[in-house]
Amino acid sequence: MSFKHKHILGIEQMSKEDIEIILDTADAFKEINARDIKKVPTLRGKTIINAFFEASTRTRLSFEIAGKRLSADTVNISGSTSSVVKGETLEDTAKNIEAMAPDIIVIRHGHSGSPHYLAERVGCSVVNAGDGAHEHPSQALLDVMTMREHKDRIEGLEVAIIGDITHSRVVRSNIYCLSKMGAKVRLCGPGTMLPPGIEKLGNVKVYTDMRDAIKDVDVIMMLRIQMERQSNIMLPSLREYARFYGLNPTNVKLAKSDAIVMHPGPMNRGVEISSVVADGVQNVILDQVENGVAVRMALLYLVSGVESMQTS
Amino acid sequence: MAKILIKGGRVISPAQKLDDICDVLIEKGKVTAIGRDLEAQGAEVVDADGKIVTPGLVDIHVHLRDPGLEYKEDIASGTLSAVTGGFSSIACMPNTEPVNDNQSVTNYILNKVKEEGHCRVFPIASITKGLQGESMTEMGELKGLGVHGVSDDGKPVSNAQLMRRAMEYAKPFGITIVTHAEDLELVGSGVMNEGPVSTELGLKGIPWVAEDAATAREIMLAEFTGAHLHVAHVSTKGSIDLVRQAKKRGVNVTCEATPHHFTLTDEAVRGYDTNAKMNPPLRSAEDREAVRQGIADGTVDAIATDHAPHHIDEKNVEFSIAMNGIVGLETALPLSLQLVEDGLINLPKAVALLTCGPAAALGIPAGQLEEGGVADVTVIDPELEWTVDAQQLVSKSKNTPFDGWKMKGAALFTIVGGKIAYQR
Repeated sequence: MSFKHKHILGIEQMSKEDIEIILDTADAFKEINARDIKKVPTLRGKTIINAFFEASTRTRLSFEIAGKRLSADTVNISGSTSSVVKGETLEDTAKNIEAMAPDIIVIRHGHSGSPHYLAERVGCSVVNAGDGAHEHPSQALLDVMTMREHKDRIEGLEVAIIGDITHSRVVRSNIYCLSKMGAKVRLCGPGTMLPPGIEKLGNVKVYTDMRDAIKDVDVIMMLRIQMERQSNIMLPSLREYARFYGLNPTNVKLAKSDAIVMHPGPMNRGVEISSVVADGVQNVILDQVENGVAVRMALLYLVSGVESMQTS
Repeated sequence: MAKILIKGGRVISPAQKLDDICDVLIEKGKVTAIGRDLEAQGAEVVDADGKIVTPGLVDIHVHLRDPGLEYKEDIASGTLSAVTGGFSSIACMPNTEPVNDNQSVTNYILNKVKEEGHCRVFPIASITKGLQGESMTEMGELKGLGVHGVSDDGKPVSNAQLMRRAMEYAKPFGITIVTHAEDLELVGSGVMNEGPVSTELGLKGIPWVAEDAATAREIMLAEFTGAHLHVAHVSTKGSIDLVRQAKKRGVNVTCEATPHHFTLTDEAVRGYDTNAKMNPPLRSAEDREAVRQGIADGTVDAIATDHAPHHIDEKNVEFSIAMNGIVGLETALPLSLQLVEDGLINLPKAVALLTCGPAAALGIPAGQLEEGGVADVTVIDPELEWTVDAQQLVSKSKNTPFDGWKMKGAALFTIVGGKIAYQR
C-alpha cells in the first residue's frame, strides 16, 4: 500500500496521490453504508478513541459510525465529562489514554496544533478531527469527494467559499485539498474576517464583494458565521451579514446554473444561507454528511496499517 | 582579596573611548591600573591574548521571579545565569509576587542579592501599585534605596493620564520610565505575530499596530512631559522608526532590543514551538531587519534579554495556552557578537550595546572600565565555538529557542567587584 502516513494531521502534508488514494478508498467503503448489514471486519480488534474536546454532532457521530462499521472498538470521550474539567493537561490525558493501548486517537480540540502536540507525545496514530482554526482534513476530503461525485472532476473547478475565513479550519483544509487537486478557490467574507496572507496557502483569490466571488462558479460553499465568537466587534449585526454575505435564492443565480451548494454544518438558517437554498435542488449538504462516513472509514483504515480492506 | 592581572587582551570600553591591547590590574575590588606591561606581585594572571576585555556586561531587562515565583528562577540561580553569560550587572523587573512597589520587597531583593547573588542587581520598581494600573508607586522613597527606573513590564499602563502623571512625577527624581508598550485591545487574544504564518497555523495574531500605536502614545507623552522614556523590547519596524524620529526631534527617549528580536522571526513558531512564544512576539522578516538597522544606526541604545524563565509545565502545553517568554542571559553574548560577524556593527559598538548603552538608558552606575572604578570586568573569547544545550543551562528554566544552536563567543571570566564570579 502506498499510503505512508502514520497520522492524519492535516491536508498540508499530503500529496495529490495521497488525496486520490483516500478518495478512491472512500468510494469503495461508501458501498457498505448502503448494505443491509453495514459491517466489515477490516479493523476488528482495533481500538479507536474519539477524544472530542469541542462540541460536535456530525464529525463525532461520523467517526464513531465509521469505526464501528469497520468492526473496531470505538470509545468516545468528551472534554466536558472528562477530567479535563479538573484541570488535567492535554498531555496527561493523552498519555493516560495511550496506556490503555488504543490504535488510533481521533482528536477534536479548540487549540490549533493540538493533534501535532499529541502526535509528538503518543505512540499510536493521531487523526485530526478539527484543531482550532487550523485544519479539518476529513471535512475537506468529504467536501472534495462530494464535488467529484457531482462534477466528475476536481481539476479546473471554480469553488467559492464564503464566510468567516479567519476562524475557519474548513477553509484552510479545503484550500490545500482543492489547490493540490487543481481547482481554483475564491474566498469572500467581511473585511474583518479576511486574514493576512491567506492567498499564499494555495490557488486562492480573495474577493470583498460576494457577487463577484460567486459569479459563474461551479461550487458555492457557505461557512457558518459563529455568533458565539462575534460579539459586536467583528460584525455590526447578523442582519447586515445576511444581506451582504448570505446565500439566497436571488444571488445563487449568479453562479453557474448547475452549481452545487455546500455547507459543513451546522447551518444558521436565514443568516449565511436561506432555508430555500439550503433545502433547494442545488444543495448537496446531506451528500456531504453521507460521504463523511465513507471518508472517515477510509482514513481510519489507511492509518491503521491493516493490509486488506476486506469489503467483500 | 585577590589581585587579578588581565594581560594582553583587547580592552574595549566605549564609555571611556578605550580600544587598545593592554593590561588591566584589579586590586581590592577596584581597577587600579590600565596600561601596557603592567606587573603585580602575587596577582592571579589571566592570559587574555586574543581575547576581549570589557566592562562587566549589563542587562537591564531580567525577570528574576524572586520573590514568589522561585520555582521558575530565584536570585541565586538568576544571577548565576547572568555571570555565566558574562553579565556583572542586571536590572530585575517588578512583576514578582508580591510586586516590587515598596521598600520591603526592594530591601528583600537587595539583601538576598548580598547573601546569595553572584552579580549586581538593580531592582526596577513598578510604575503603579501592584501593577494594577491605577495609582503610582512611591517612587521617591524607592529612589533612595537605589531604584533608578520604574516599569509595569508585562503589562502596559493603559491609562494615558496615569502615564502622563507618572512621567511628570518621576522626572524630578531622575527616574527612568521603562515602558512595555502595547494596546491590549488590539492585542486581544493574540498569541503570535499577525501575518501569513499565524494565518497558516490558525493561531490568533497580534498585529504590529498593537505595539506601534502604544509606542507612539508613550513617545508623545515623553515629548510633552520631558521625562526620560525607555522603550522596552522594541520589535517592529514602526516602533524603531518612531524612536528614530523622536530622537531627531530631541525627545529624551531610549530603547532596547532583545537578541531574539534581532535574530528570529515568526517563522520560528512553525511546528507550534512554545519556545518561540513571547511578548512582544517574534515578528516578520521586515521587522527583524528594521530592528537590526536600528541597532546599526544608533536608534537602539541597548541590547537587553527580557530573560523570562518559565517552568517546563508552563511551556509543555498547547501553544495557545503556553506562557510568554524565553530565557536569554546565557545566549545573549554570542548572538550579539553574531551582529559583528554579520558586518552589521563593529565590535566596540556591540560592547557599547551591552555595557554603557544599557547603563545610560536606565541610569544605573555600570558599564564602565576605568582606573579607580569598580572592578566589574568580563573577559570574552570571541572565537570559542560551543553548542547550546538547554538542559545544561544554569538557569532553573530551560525555555530557549536556541537549543542545539552552534554559537561563537562566550565569557571566559566574569569579575564582579574584583572577585571572579564565573570562570568557564
